[in-house]
Amino acid sequence: MKKHFSNILAVSCALLSGAIFGLGLILAGMTNPAKVLAFLDLAGLWDPSLALVMAGAIGVGLLAFALAKKRSTSFLGLKMHLPSLRIIDKRLVIGGLVFGIGWGLSGICPAPAFVLLGTGTTKAIIFVVFMLIGMEIFEKIESYRKKISPN
Amino acid sequence: MLIDWNNFSPWTALAGGAIIGIASAIFVLFNGRIAGICGILGGLFRPQKNDIYWRLAFIIGLIIAPLIWQLFLPLPIIDIEASNGLLAITGLVVGISTRYGSGCTSGHGVCGISRLSPRSFIATLAFMFAGFITVYIVRHVLDYEIGFKLGLGV
Repeated sequence: MKKHFSNILAVSCALLSGAIFGLGLILAGMTNPAKVLAFLDLAGLWDPSLALVMAGAIGVGLLAFALAKKRSTSFLGLKMHLPSLRIIDKRLVIGGLVFGIGWGLSGICPAPAFVLLGTGTTKAIIFVVFMLIGMEIFEKIESYRKKISPN
Repeated sequence: MLIDWNNFSPWTALAGGAIIGIASAIFVLFNGRIAGICGILGGLFRPQKNDIYWRLAFIIGLIIAPLIWQLFLPLPIIDIEASNGLLAITGLVVGISTRYGSGCTSGHGVCGISRLSPRSFIATLAFMFAGFITVYIVRHVLDYEIGFKLGLGV
């Protein structure tokens, strides 16, 4: 019974975080792909807003993650899942570069894509559907790679 | 460098950013998880037991955010310049690459840098760099008509 209750709390907390995250994106103007592209357009009329969004988020995030790192369980008693991988490999760099190309062509990254989905825009539906297909392709390739070389 | 003073919105950008930081703080301190959208989403493809609901809940939170916003204020302008075809291609590219590189703007850019993760610094530099170069090529190198035909909305 206690476990069940903490599960409901955890799911409610996730819903709340997602909604607050989305509201922050809207206030920051980051759900407008044209504004994101205006940040990436250094040689044109440059809109530096995105840099301040990052600064605001990281300012709060630094405090939160410093506290999180000291804890072994969350306030709800859940295990802390913080990444421990430290190697900088080809996948990280290539993945980042290719993502940057897709982001630079569309002005959309995954979080704002879902907020845009909530506005019902057809263009957002197309982007999200193909993003999910892309993720499924990744999973397929990964399981195939594991099958041919189990390590 | 020319700054677009008409569209530059420093205060709402900082405040919106801080709210994004608060959301990430709640998520890591209460749920013990990183608010990285690709990671949250990626875990839904081959889900572990008891691992589905909180992931779906976070995503649903993002989707209902504009509905909550509209209870109080009209939504700000949304201007998607890319054509449907380009959105399909870029959606596919973003889906594969963010999973391959273990994260996107939220996971690496916000949470990763806040965690002082060297991997996330590198990933953020990589996608920012590629984003700058891509927009430069599309808007300042490619011929206007070619860009228009490709649906790049230049």
